[in-house]
Amino acid sequence: MSSTVASQPENTADNVTGWFANRVADVGDMAVTMVAGIGDVTLFSLRTVGWLLARRQRRDVLMPSFYQIGVLSLPVIALTGLFIGMVLAVQSYAQFKALGLQTRLGSVINLSLVRELGPVLAATMLAGRVGSAMAAELGTMRVTEQIDALESMGANPIYYLVVPRFLGCLVLIPTLTIMADFMGVLGGYVYSHAILGIDYHHYWANSRAYIDAFDFLMGIFKSFFFGAAIALVSCHHGFHCDHGAQGVGRAATNAFVHSFVLILILDLFLGIGLNNLQDFIRPDGPRSLL
Amino acid sequence: MNAPVIEASPQKAMPTVPLLFIDSLSVSFGNQHVLRNVSLELTSGETLVILGESGCGKTVLLKTMIGLIKPSIGDVRFEDTSLASMTERQLAHLRTRYGFVFQGAALFDSATIADNIAFPLREHTQLDEDEITKIVTELVAEVGLPRVVLSKKPVELSGGMRKRAGLARALALDPHLVLYDEPTTGLDPIMSDVINELILRVHQRPETTNVVVTHDMTTAHKVADRIIMLYPLSRLKENESQIIFTGTPEELDISTDPRVRQFTEGKAGQRLNELREEQIENQSIFSANANDQENDHE
Repeated sequence: MSSTVASQPENTADNVTGWFANRVADVGDMAVTMVAGIGDVTLFSLRTVGWLLARRQRRDVLMPSFYQIGVLSLPVIALTGLFIGMVLAVQSYAQFKALGLQTRLGSVINLSLVRELGPVLAATMLAGRVGSAMAAELGTMRVTEQIDALESMGANPIYYLVVPRFLGCLVLIPTLTIMADFMGVLGGYVYSHAILGIDYHHYWANSRAYIDAFDFLMGIFKSFFFGAAIALVSCHHGFHCDHGAQGVGRAATNAFVHSFVLILILDLFLGIGLNNLQDFIRPDGPRSLL
Repeated sequence: MNAPVIEASPQKAMPTVPLLFIDSLSVSFGNQHVLRNVSLELTSGETLVILGESGCGKTVLLKTMIGLIKPSIGDVRFEDTSLASMTERQLAHLRTRYGFVFQGAALFDSATIADNIAFPLREHTQLDEDEITKIVTELVAEVGLPRVVLSKKPVELSGGMRKRAGLARALALDPHLVLYDEPTTGLDPIMSDVINELILRVHQRPETTNVVVTHDMTTAHKVADRIIMLYPLSRLKENESQIIFTGTPEELDISTDPRVRQFTEGKAGQRLNELREEQIENQSIFSANANDQENDHE
């Protein structure tokens, strides 16, 4: 009897130690998986860049990817840009009117668009439209052994399947971002002028005064990184897809989620870096809207 | 059919060296062990059939022969050159001497049948489009497909047609070694026999070696020069060989090994009970793990 009572605290101590040991093991397991995953994506990216430089792409391989990524994304990107511009006008107007600065609405709409919202929202939309489709397509090819078939015929799947998509995203996502910027600027102006009644001369004069080429190029520069991130993350998920319909679905979902997170992280760090560069180039700083 | 011109002509097999030698091969995926200490020699010109029940590692063995799956332990040697020692480029070049017929054909969805069959020719030869079209047309005729399929996408074809198109693609570079992964699975008996006839025709090509993975006894008897039977690792004892039979089709018929007999006669025997016991065992392990997790949370 007494031995049973004495062993209870010991058991409790063992349970607590065991519980902590399991949690430490779980954290360790997660860390190893994460490092292995990052290493895997890095190697995959290096192989893609290696094949991009090693062998010229065939036109008949490249064109379908460009069509899928560029041409088919044009309507949705134009629509996204147009609505961002109009929504910015709707949301900013009340605040600017309260300050009596409604004629400066153009500068804040266009500055937000070309520096931040155009590139980020276009990339987010493309991560959903293009990234998920790429992951699902490559995942299906993995599950149905089409990627194995490519390898068995002595062809490199990275060269045939990843490089065209990577090039497509790298070249066309910045192009689509320009389109989103243009449509956003147009949408913001049309709403401000036609609905809010802001004079077009002041709208454009203020826009020109507060935005320079650097602001525009900053957004485009960021979109190159977003394009590369979407292509590499999505293709990697497709390539390493689990078996079955569930595996393909998970690859498509993860491709979007991971691309989106990477876009946000890249946006933060590129934003900080480019702001520092802008301060260096233009030490007097940007003109105040007020 | 005109043999296409490969960029760098590979050497012919030396008669004294086996075409393919698998040396003490083991393959594992994480904690799942699929193949253990499998050794096998493949002579040029023979047709080897690999038999075995589902999940015993037949396809894994086939894919290690072409380097699509890397061995955990052991080596695969093609004409005395280890696949593991080859660079990516050397392995890609070696694969022009292989043809692989996949279980589901694995034709590229986005391409037409003509483009599928022409793919290896465009990738590895300097032939112009007219010559490629001529070879593709001949290959399609050889596997008994009408010319009209050339412009169709794989999804528009029946299972048997897709398998034959897959075979045509595998034969495009006049391979020395053709690997078939369950070529008759999912086909009606007549179409299965058509595929068997095609395998025999491929066998008649000079210096062509076939490896056929199947669990179809009719196919095995019809096409095999030699048969090996693999047994699932999970049901083997520690020191037992995973290859439980090697011999001719005639020797297979008179084998006294109860495991071989059970497979060739297609009798479940105690298998259903074993599967139920395995299921119960898995469930109790699952419950024990769930209880452990619950205790952890408490």
